[in-house]
Amino acid sequence: MTDTKLTTKQVNVTSKTSVSVLFAGDSGDGMQLTGTQFANTVATHGTELNTFPNFPSEIRAPAGTIAGVSGFQLQFSSKPVYTPGARFDVMVAMNSAALKANLKDLHRGGIIIAGTEGFDEKNLKLAGYPPGVNPLEDGSLSNYILFPVPILQLTREALKESGLSSKEIDRCKNMFVLGLLYWLYTLPLEGTFETLRAKFQKNVHMAEANIRAVKAGYFFGDETELFANLGRFDIAPQKQHGTYRRVTGNEACAIALTAASKKAGLKLFLGSYPITPATEILQTLAKKKKYGVKTFQAEDEIAGIVSSIGAAYGGALAATNTSGPGLALKTEALGLAVILELPLVVINVQRGGPSTGLPTKPEQSDLFMAMYGRHGEAPLPVIAACSPVDCFYCTYEAARIAVEHMTPVICLTDGYLALSSEPWKVESPDNLPDITPHFHAPRQPEDPPYLPYKRDDRQVRAWAIPGTKGLEHRIGGLEKQNETGNVSHDPENHELMTKLRAQKINQIADTLPLQTIDNGPTKGDLLVLGWGSSYGAIKTAVEQAIEKGYSVAHAHLRYIHPFPKNLGEILSNYKKILIPELNNGQLIHIIRDTFLIAPEGFTKIQGVPFNEMEILIKITDIIKELQS
Amino acid sequence: MTENTTIPVLPVLIAKDFASDQEPKWCPGCGDHAVLQQIKNVLPELGIAPENIVFVSGIGCSSRLPYYLATYGVHGIHGRALPMATGLKVSRPDLSVWVGTGDGDALSIGGNHFIHTLRRNPDLNVVLFNNEIYGLTKGQYSPTSKIGLRTVTSPSGVIDQPFNTAALTIGSGGSFFARAFDRDGKFLRSILKRAALHKGTSLVEIYQNCPIFNNGAFEAFATADNKANNTVYLEQSKPLVFAKGKRGIWLDGFQPIVVDLDKEGISSSDLWIHDETDINKASILAHFADDHADSEESLPRPFGVFYAKERITYEDALTAQIDDAQKNGIGTFEELLKGDQSYVIK
Repeated sequence: MTDTKLTTKQVNVTSKTSVSVLFAGDSGDGMQLTGTQFANTVATHGTELNTFPNFPSEIRAPAGTIAGVSGFQLQFSSKPVYTPGARFDVMVAMNSAALKANLKDLHRGGIIIAGTEGFDEKNLKLAGYPPGVNPLEDGSLSNYILFPVPILQLTREALKESGLSSKEIDRCKNMFVLGLLYWLYTLPLEGTFETLRAKFQKNVHMAEANIRAVKAGYFFGDETELFANLGRFDIAPQKQHGTYRRVTGNEACAIALTAASKKAGLKLFLGSYPITPATEILQTLAKKKKYGVKTFQAEDEIAGIVSSIGAAYGGALAATNTSGPGLALKTEALGLAVILELPLVVINVQRGGPSTGLPTKPEQSDLFMAMYGRHGEAPLPVIAACSPVDCFYCTYEAARIAVEHMTPVICLTDGYLALSSEPWKVESPDNLPDITPHFHAPRQPEDPPYLPYKRDDRQVRAWAIPGTKGLEHRIGGLEKQNETGNVSHDPENHELMTKLRAQKINQIADTLPLQTIDNGPTKGDLLVLGWGSSYGAIKTAVEQAIEKGYSVAHAHLRYIHPFPKNLGEILSNYKKILIPELNNGQLIHIIRDTFLIAPEGFTKIQGVPFNEMEILIKITDIIKELQS
Repeated sequence: MTENTTIPVLPVLIAKDFASDQEPKWCPGCGDHAVLQQIKNVLPELGIAPENIVFVSGIGCSSRLPYYLATYGVHGIHGRALPMATGLKVSRPDLSVWVGTGDGDALSIGGNHFIHTLRRNPDLNVVLFNNEIYGLTKGQYSPTSKIGLRTVTSPSGVIDQPFNTAALTIGSGGSFFARAFDRDGKFLRSILKRAALHKGTSLVEIYQNCPIFNNGAFEAFATADNKANNTVYLEQSKPLVFAKGKRGIWLDGFQPIVVDLDKEGISSSDLWIHDETDINKASILAHFADDHADSEESLPRPFGVFYAKERITYEDALTAQIDDAQKNGIGTFEELLKGDQSYVIK
């Protein structure tokens, strides 16, 4: 494909460290596909990358309206990036609603590439602009660099001889945009062509038409005078050499469960019910049959978890995945898993609540439910992932704890991590920690009686699975006598068992790594204590605060229950603790309750992640207050 | 199987080998004792080692069943025995998985799981103790209680139409339905054995008397006279005859009609011949229960195997898909971590 390397005009190429781009359009405009393909290209080119798709919960909200706007934001960079960018530098707006919905997050002086056909009278009206007002023409965008491009018309011209129907041609307009952006950022086209050829293997016409649209966009950049002053940009690839793949958080969870089953030598069983934004975990695992994975799409959330408990009883690595409303339905069964003391991984991809809430939007508001959302005294380990790639390590860790400590474990991610993606340097099986199930050996008739609830010094019982001779035993949700497991209503025994179950969970802390400081001094003015997906925003904000000379550190919690053993000591080393959360303040309660300190909370409940600027401003305020 | 494979010789077990060390805590006179006994009688006949048998249950009197059997057992939560058993069977197709459940557990709180389990058809043996009442919570009406039944929660009489378990099973795509009676031990035992041998979800509804809260609910089929006149025992390829051979069922189109064999000049060869593989006939049999045995023309209540037709089980279908996915080899750990869209940065 040498032709794509030919640029007829000499245009200035400026080097930049990083760029944040938003592709925005109607949910029928193919923006997710465009963004994903662009991300694949920059990833394989070797730049650092972080992506964030943002789309409505309706499959097709009314076309042209603000409600129907679908966006895909990504930041790519020559140095590590942890967020898709607080604001974007470039916005592709396929229609007026996309522009209106996102303009507030475009940097002043940023670039707008607007598809002019999306700014006709009808679209302007649907987006809610007053009659006669067109932002492309009224000078209201003078603080930005505006490029109105007749994307649809140019696509039609390029494909007029493609043999495709006019509807099919129009749907290729996103590929035109993709080509134009490749030109702007001096990116290679071949990978996209390969992808398109593979995707439309059975429809060569369609593949070639899409390729032609990409080229048309690329050549348009080259030939038009529009970009003469702006020029092109180059973000130098900096990634260390090696083999990489790009994963979303949900994919990472699915791979981790499979990996954990391989490492532990167990069969993987996932009982699940589709729910946004957790479904891709089920979908990904349904395609892992080659690895012996069994997925079971249950009739409801309850059957999802209960079937997994059945599989765990049978000796499988059992898991279920869900989002908030589903976790609520699973809580009774979680109590059963707690009292049975069987291993179970529960991945909860948090979304805005309560009730149906904001199904496609992230929130960190299920922490209380994960910690306390069961009847009776039913403690279980809770851990949280902090990035799409960390979803792998966190889920794997959840499986390790579950199997080795015979307990259900909740692994929290959220809608942001679930759908965002990052490059991941391909992991080697040898680098992953061992997972050792402790199965009870078969028993001969002359051996001492088998005691299902006899514990080791970690308070963990052995896993006695059906098929093992001599271990036939009956367990259930009723309180059980210590060691024998027989049904018991004895008052002292219930208290003992309640405490043993809690002690088992607390003792897990003995085996966990100590909390570390991610960045900044080990003693100082301010510690920003985060958990979950706000990692990137906090990390970036704290980096910038340290550059300003502030005495600020960042610690990010993976283990929320039990806490790492040194957490209290760490917290005592700072004058002030700041806890940013995408909820109305939940971790802050737990920290206060556990350590009897008074941290400062910083919350955001808008269905969108924190951006680094918001946190930096908060840090700056606190530091100034401390200094005054 | 290679030539050298030897079939392990199982020790000869008897019913009491399947009794656990726990004393049943059901009320004296409860029909559950009789069902337990027949399960213990059948298990040794199956030739399956106790460690390969699992009893799963939900909540209710009948769901205490696993505690009294010397097999593996797990007592779950209300209504959820079927999905628990499904998860177990799907992950461990080698096990013989049984479910003990009741009318409240299976048809009310677990109703959703009931229908979906039947359509999926995992190889489970489901023993549904139907006493038409909530026993463990002390006498509230259940989804199979008869209209008009006065209970603590229906002081003026039940107004809900009861579930027809047979029709529900057949309508849900179940591959096996049989009805038995706690008092008829020998027959119950034969039905339980049929259920165990059927590959797929076998649903056995057992009319089970609760002497405390719904005593005599099945009296219409209990005494010798009642049993003769109000019940018909189904036997494959045999005519539907009851009342000591005096009456039979004649099928007029889709309409079952009770006929007197001596009076009407109809011989038993003209009667409805039972065919347990015929779903249409099974559906008609299921609706015999809509007719309350209160007159000479009333249809008798059928007992026995209404419907039994094997089709692929859920776990076998899934295993076949996995085998197919692995026909060119099982995915390696490295392959899993690398994925199919990795790229190299040089």
